[in-house]
Amino acid sequence: MMKSSLMLSFIRHLRGMGHRMIERTWRLGAGARLFFLAIVYSGESFKRFHLTLREIYFTGVMSLLIIIVSAFFVGMVLALQGYNTLQKYGSSEAIGVLVALALVRELGPVVTALLFAGRAGTAITAEIGLMKTTEQLSAMEMMAVNPIARVIAPRFWAGVISMPILASIFSMVGILGGYLVAVPLIGVDDGAFWSQMQANVDFSADIVNGVIKSVVFGVVCTMIALFEGFDAPPTAEGVSRATTRTVVISSLTVLGLDFILTSFMLVI
Amino acid sequence: MDRTTLDLWVGIFVAIGVAALFGLAMKVGNLTSSKIGPTYAVTAAFDNVGSLKPNAPVKSAGVVVGRVDTIVFNSEAYEAIVTLNLDKRYAFPIDTFANIYTAGLLGEQYVGLEAGGDEVVLKNGDKIDKTQDAIVLEKMISQFLFNKASEAEAKADVKAAAPAGVELDVLK
Repeated sequence: MMKSSLMLSFIRHLRGMGHRMIERTWRLGAGARLFFLAIVYSGESFKRFHLTLREIYFTGVMSLLIIIVSAFFVGMVLALQGYNTLQKYGSSEAIGVLVALALVRELGPVVTALLFAGRAGTAITAEIGLMKTTEQLSAMEMMAVNPIARVIAPRFWAGVISMPILASIFSMVGILGGYLVAVPLIGVDDGAFWSQMQANVDFSADIVNGVIKSVVFGVVCTMIALFEGFDAPPTAEGVSRATTRTVVISSLTVLGLDFILTSFMLVI
Repeated sequence: MDRTTLDLWVGIFVAIGVAALFGLAMKVGNLTSSKIGPTYAVTAAFDNVGSLKPNAPVKSAGVVVGRVDTIVFNSEAYEAIVTLNLDKRYAFPIDTFANIYTAGLLGEQYVGLEAGGDEVVLKNGDKIDKTQDAIVLEKMISQFLFNKASEAEAKADVKAAAPAGVELDVLK
């Protein structure tokens, strides 16, 4: 009796696991299809560029403040922590290299993507989820307007365009924040700060790779946000769950993808 | 939101982004400093290049005059052939001395050129004959220890060979 109930609960677990796996695989496939359709129907978002421009305003320009403020503090804390360790080895001039490489290679693209997922991704998911809930998407289809061309594609391209711009701004502002702490506050030599940085930061190996990363993160974050909104159950609870999932999945994907991209870039 | 002000904001956004990327390239990266004009290539053979890497600077009197192009192993002479790309503006005598130095105690390695006195200058494809290898720290330490040990041994030998009385005689 005892044994059979244990067996039953095990089978139930197994069934649940299988169900979840199938559900996730299905969602992955549906997401890939949406990505493909967004690319196919993206002609209109360039022909009627004001649609994309409007989305760039909402995803990019509106994210500027949070990006600049957090970049400034990230740069400042990097310089402070870096100085603390480097001065033990008598090489506090290398602080510029440390701040610049950390920001350009990793923190710039990654932290920007995480903030973007929280600031713009959630907004996209909630907006599209609500559009679906209030049947605006179905109404568009009734009027022979393709919702993917009209709603999804402009937002997708806006995210892809905004992300590298935001990441570049993040890196530059972070370096300025690091400079502010290192040079006027701590008293590291001004010339050594910049010249060591220039000697050790390579344009193609560090800066271009950082930009490539941010473009990939832009595609991934925007696509996850769009798909979660598009796929949200048309209820208030469904939209709220989809918004949460956008942040969780985007963050995890960005961090995991960052490792893969970095390992590729270090090999090549 | 009025469309014209929206355009303005997006324009500002893109302009800041381009400015940031430009700043990264110019102020942070080495896009400006790594530009050396047309170059000519010379080779130099070293028994040991240490951790010298391609694209390492070639300096003379502390000024960057070129970059290391390639480092290959010559299996006939068992030595490393280093190709240096030197800036065309600078000519070096044919008896120039090439050393591998380390920037600071733990820094990266670079090639230092010390000009000789010959009238003939290096041309594209020439070979620098006078080279000095990278200093290998382990070798230096073992050499130092070996010298110390042999010194101590020599002292002990002198003491053993000459008893106290003889030593006194010598002193007198």
